[in-house]
Amino acid sequence: MHPILLLVAQRLALGLLLIFAASILIFAGTSILPGDVAQSILGQSATPQALANLRAELGMDQPPVTRYFNWLGGVLQGDLGTALTNGRDIAESLSSRLGNTLFLAFWAAIIAVPLAIALGLIAVRYKDRWPDKVISAVTLTTISIPEFMIGYLLIFFLSIQLPQLIMSLEFLSDGVRGWLLANLRFSSVAMMNDSMSLVEKIKSITLPIMVLTLVVLAHMMRMTRAAILNVMQSAYIETAELKGLGMLRIIRTHAFPNAIAPIVNVVMLNLAYLVVGVVVIEVVFAYPGMGQYLVDHVSKRDVPVVQACGLIFATVYIGLNLVADIVSILTNPRLRHPK
Amino acid sequence: MNDELKHLSTRVTKGLMTRRDFIGRAAALGVTAAAANALLAQTAQAEGPVKGGTLRIGLAGGESTNTQDPAAAASSVPVTNLRLWGEPLVNTAPDGGLDFRAAESVEASADAKTWTFKIRPGVEFHNGKTLTAEDALATLQRHSNEDSQSGALGIMQGIEDLRADGDNLIVELGVGNADLPYLMADYHLMIQPNGGMDDPTAAIGIGAYTLDVDEPGVRHTFKKNPNYWDDTRGHVDAVEVLVLNDATARTAALQSGQVHLINRVDPKVAGLLDRAPNLSVKSVAGRGHYVFIMHVDTAPFDNNELRLALKYAINREEMVDKILRGYGTVGNDMPINAAYPLFDDSIPQREHSIEKAAEHYAKSGHDGSPIILRTADGAFPGAVDAAALFQQSAQAAGIPLEIKREPNDGYWSEVWNVQPFCASYWGGRPVQDQMYSTAYLSTADWNDTRWKNEAFDAKLLAARSELDEAKRKSIYAEMGRTIRDEGGLILPMFNDFVDGVANNVGGWIEDPNDQVMNNLASVKCWLTA
Repeated sequence: MHPILLLVAQRLALGLLLIFAASILIFAGTSILPGDVAQSILGQSATPQALANLRAELGMDQPPVTRYFNWLGGVLQGDLGTALTNGRDIAESLSSRLGNTLFLAFWAAIIAVPLAIALGLIAVRYKDRWPDKVISAVTLTTISIPEFMIGYLLIFFLSIQLPQLIMSLEFLSDGVRGWLLANLRFSSVAMMNDSMSLVEKIKSITLPIMVLTLVVLAHMMRMTRAAILNVMQSAYIETAELKGLGMLRIIRTHAFPNAIAPIVNVVMLNLAYLVVGVVVIEVVFAYPGMGQYLVDHVSKRDVPVVQACGLIFATVYIGLNLVADIVSILTNPRLRHPK
Repeated sequence: MNDELKHLSTRVTKGLMTRRDFIGRAAALGVTAAAANALLAQTAQAEGPVKGGTLRIGLAGGESTNTQDPAAAASSVPVTNLRLWGEPLVNTAPDGGLDFRAAESVEASADAKTWTFKIRPGVEFHNGKTLTAEDALATLQRHSNEDSQSGALGIMQGIEDLRADGDNLIVELGVGNADLPYLMADYHLMIQPNGGMDDPTAAIGIGAYTLDVDEPGVRHTFKKNPNYWDDTRGHVDAVEVLVLNDATARTAALQSGQVHLINRVDPKVAGLLDRAPNLSVKSVAGRGHYVFIMHVDTAPFDNNELRLALKYAINREEMVDKILRGYGTVGNDMPINAAYPLFDDSIPQREHSIEKAAEHYAKSGHDGSPIILRTADGAFPGAVDAAALFQQSAQAAGIPLEIKREPNDGYWSEVWNVQPFCASYWGGRPVQDQMYSTAYLSTADWNDTRWKNEAFDAKLLAARSELDEAKRKSIYAEMGRTIRDEGGLILPMFNDFVDGVANNVGGWIEDPNDQVMNNLASVKCWLTA
């Protein structure tokens, strides 16, 4: 077998093993949490009788190992089961939530990744001059502010203050102000449903996209800058310079391809974050993604749902890292043609 | 009304002008600020209800684990959903009386043991089936039978027999209860076809709205039920319930006009929010209270002198000021306040007194070991800060209070009703009997102060079947005094319901029964613009 295929197969097998291990960890984690599902569902005012009735119905009286393997068996047959709390089919509820999460991550990535890499390249081109310093200062500032804070600031200025500003522009006619109010509308609630058109959906998540972009920009930008600067020290770059090539051309054709591996790594890391780590943003903008769904079910000890979400998150994380590994192998001739 | 002013006030309701600007212009026209405000309110209320439009309500208290099964409802969003699609036999009216829904009238036997509800004729469920006494019967049975997981199981326990007779539903009690109709107002007891035995989560009821989109933890949308029987409710064409658990997201949505109503405005920002144009903050005194509860059967709290020392040590005024920011009233160590019918206001208010606290503490002979108070953010909003204030004022009286902060997660199963001294809250009940039977009767499941007093139980039962109001009131007053002076309850404050309402919402009234007009705002309010 081709060594690369072998490598990929190895990685895949390892990934599956990791996912299996993750599912055990999640199950163990939910089992040692205090409280139980019946109490969490029925709340503070539940009577002992109602609790006992519910526990029996949910099968909580069975030992944890039995429950775990029952669940695992179902998953292997493609059945994620039903939520203990509301009896809904998990696969069904999960798929729309996962769709929303991926939708947000996709649009945030579409903007953030090219922007970060472009800014990184510009920073290298103007190293130690003002564009480099401005880019670094701004992106490092936005990564240092907690993401919910950025969210609140954007809501305050764009959702609340902007319409009032427009209202106070009295020299404009009511018609113009009405038009501005209707079109410069930044929704603080990121609603998402099937009856919306694609444009409406993107409009609805403008603020979350902006926040996520600001949050992930610095990491990717700094890594791009560092990786390319590192390559720029090499002898072949000096040769290119001596040949009389322009700076941008050197970066584009000589430095960038050799810096792809570390950049792809950090891009994948950030993509994974966009998928699995945005629960705070979901809460701030009331966005119906996976994070909020997971947190709700953790607090109710709804183990099958937590397991299913955990499994998906683990798969995304492991999958993206796998992609990063494979890309760095493919872009590196020494790894592509091992002796 | 001056035409100019009228024009300006409509501009405010449309959002083209701020309230402050409006008052400024009105002043220029020679109208005082108070009159200008009243004028604005008038414009919003217009004359009588306006039909049509989509009302959006943003609520905290919804999770993706929610279901439409009335038996399982516990938080604000599911309860609001139930109020939209369903109706119980009766509602508790804002004035403390009864508002008849599925039942048209009710009659009691002289001993208050047999109650006959006459079911309203000609009412249809959303699926076209006609409402009968059998449906009501099956509903009550589902919530009271042996496998019930209903949140209403507790209040159904006094019922001996249920039967349907023609248009009548007859409830037989073991012990007479003059307040039985109020128990039937519980939000779990939404009448469903065949009692919801077939499909409890179908959201088929007799309410003013039918469920359209059901996305738990995200949103629930409703359409007007064209066959609804009562023209005084259900004014808007559609209702959208949005789950906005984050306090800042909720206020931002109200400020930016994305929703018309919100619940649980954080008292910390309520004053500021009220200054925003296009909305007002409504604070309604209710029966809910924040408490510190001691198990009277566990050392050191089995010593009444120590309990009194702690009761005197707490600074109630400061709590209302700093924890509720004035959106509430001081408590008197009994779970009843003026919002309850038959409240006796001659019971003296307990005042904060370092001297008395120190005196009782000395009498208690406590060995000086730290007294551990458990608290968590989730116990009630501000519970951790309230515990810190309590600790300080107790310190001043020489009482060594030690705070142990617990995680929110699992607080209700591991700490509340388990540990001898902790922070908690109660939502209040429509009548005194229900509040006392829920948490202070010896045999109550939720007796979270372990209060077991035979004389007290006897009084509670005597008051329950007493139809003479003056006698009842005096029995309740005695019970209140006993709890106040001997019970394990430290009740520093009753919290108001603080809601945010956009100016273009008409029909808002104060309802002390629960937040957002007893969760009925979306059914009773209308939109003016």
